[in-house]
Amino acid sequence: MDKMLTGYDAVAEAVKSCDPDVISAYPITPQTDIVEKLSEMVADGELTSEFIKVDSEFNAASTCIGASAAGARVFSATCSQGLKLMSEVLFTASGMRLPLVMAIANRSLSSPLSIWSDYTDTFAEKDGGMIQFYAEDVQEAMDNILMAYKVAEDREILLPALSCLDGFILTHVQEPVELYDEEDMKQFLPDRVPKYTLDPSNPVTMGAYTRPEYWAECKYMVQKALMKSKDKIGEAVEEFADVFDREYGLENNGLISTYKMEDAEVAIVSLGSVVGTIKNVIDEYRDKGEKVGLVKLRVYRPFPVHEINKALEDVEAVGVMEKHVPSGHQAGVAIDTKSALYSTGKRIPVLDFLVGLAGRDVARDNIRNVIEKTKDVKGKDPKEIGFDGEEHWEPLRTEILPEGI
Amino acid sequence: MMVKDPYKDLKLTVGAVVEPCTSLINKTGGWREFKPVIDHETCIACGRCETFCPDMAVKEVEEDRYEFDLDYCKGCEICAEECPVDAIKMVKEAK
Repeated sequence: MDKMLTGYDAVAEAVKSCDPDVISAYPITPQTDIVEKLSEMVADGELTSEFIKVDSEFNAASTCIGASAAGARVFSATCSQGLKLMSEVLFTASGMRLPLVMAIANRSLSSPLSIWSDYTDTFAEKDGGMIQFYAEDVQEAMDNILMAYKVAEDREILLPALSCLDGFILTHVQEPVELYDEEDMKQFLPDRVPKYTLDPSNPVTMGAYTRPEYWAECKYMVQKALMKSKDKIGEAVEEFADVFDREYGLENNGLISTYKMEDAEVAIVSLGSVVGTIKNVIDEYRDKGEKVGLVKLRVYRPFPVHEINKALEDVEAVGVMEKHVPSGHQAGVAIDTKSALYSTGKRIPVLDFLVGLAGRDVARDNIRNVIEKTKDVKGKDPKEIGFDGEEHWEPLRTEILPEGI
Repeated sequence: MMVKDPYKDLKLTVGAVVEPCTSLINKTGGWREFKPVIDHETCIACGRCETFCPDMAVKEVEEDRYEFDLDYCKGCEICAEECPVDAIKMVKEAK
């Protein structure tokens, strides 16, 4: 069924189709409309979830892990400062192996205060044992919710999963989307079967204190589960294609998808809504006969090392475009792409373009600049560029900086 | 109280889910510098000490009579602070 929906209503529809037992969240722009819609559905009797109102994101995340421990399918949504306030609890959820799914309407972290979109919020959670999906458009943001549940609740995985969509750019845009048939949902996402549950008649302790001789092994199991989730995501996209007839990176375990990469000499690596515009600019270059392609990250954690390496096998230069800020080193995707390539022995230039920060528009001209700069280093030894030469703020308005910076 | 050592032959489960009450093996009373001593003449048996004790180390041993489980009392002094009739005094531990 095709329907014209805003991103937030569409995500709420996807969550409704997953039929969570418990929803707990706290409002924060631009996420608020997602849970507002869900609470409306509960109030109207369309959705039977227990909607637990709380006084903060810390409490929302805590409520979710408590419900997940009791065996419930749970949902929350947040972003930015709200995600930071949840962070402590979410690290706990992964260690306790409690699946929960959250929609994140990506928004910058303060300060300076901004309500607009970038990935400074979710990238800061990369070490927390959570799976992170990113969406290019509203339909993918919805479909990622279903796949997030599928993988997070798998008894070999049991981890929190974030389904990220660009705040405002995707949450507040209207796009035609396809909703889900109830029978298809039953096939794709059966009820959760928890491994351990809190049950007063059969008490257990969860989240106990652990001595040094056991802690590392617990974290080892989380890492193994994250790595295994790559294959599970691969299985999920295959099953998703069978049931719903939409494909997401089938050739690449669902972790990345590629665009015009077959004979590409220059590759752009990026993620999120900006990918649509990048494809348009790549089409321009292809029309001129230039061999430029795109690798779109669908999943940032676990990082798709093997899929990226395969996609970049014959490439001569890479331009990473990420809505993230470096903090005393390079930014997330650039670091990860370079470290992935390390194991292949392939030495090609990888430039890091910091774009679209705090919702700043990423126009075609910015993308052309990125491609031109990446073309310029094609075939160069990274030594010639040097570490400092890899970082590019696209654009950087040097004229507004104070003197001496 | 005899407590089975939960760490003996412990194999991990996914998420480190364990049987309940395993922390009883960690006798935190050893951390204590001052121990609570209750004056039963003054005590009005209101139970505030039991309510506020963060370690469940205050026990109502018989009706209206409270004592401390010194295996687990860390000497935090919350009971003495909360007692409305000052029936609990903190006394330096002498070894």
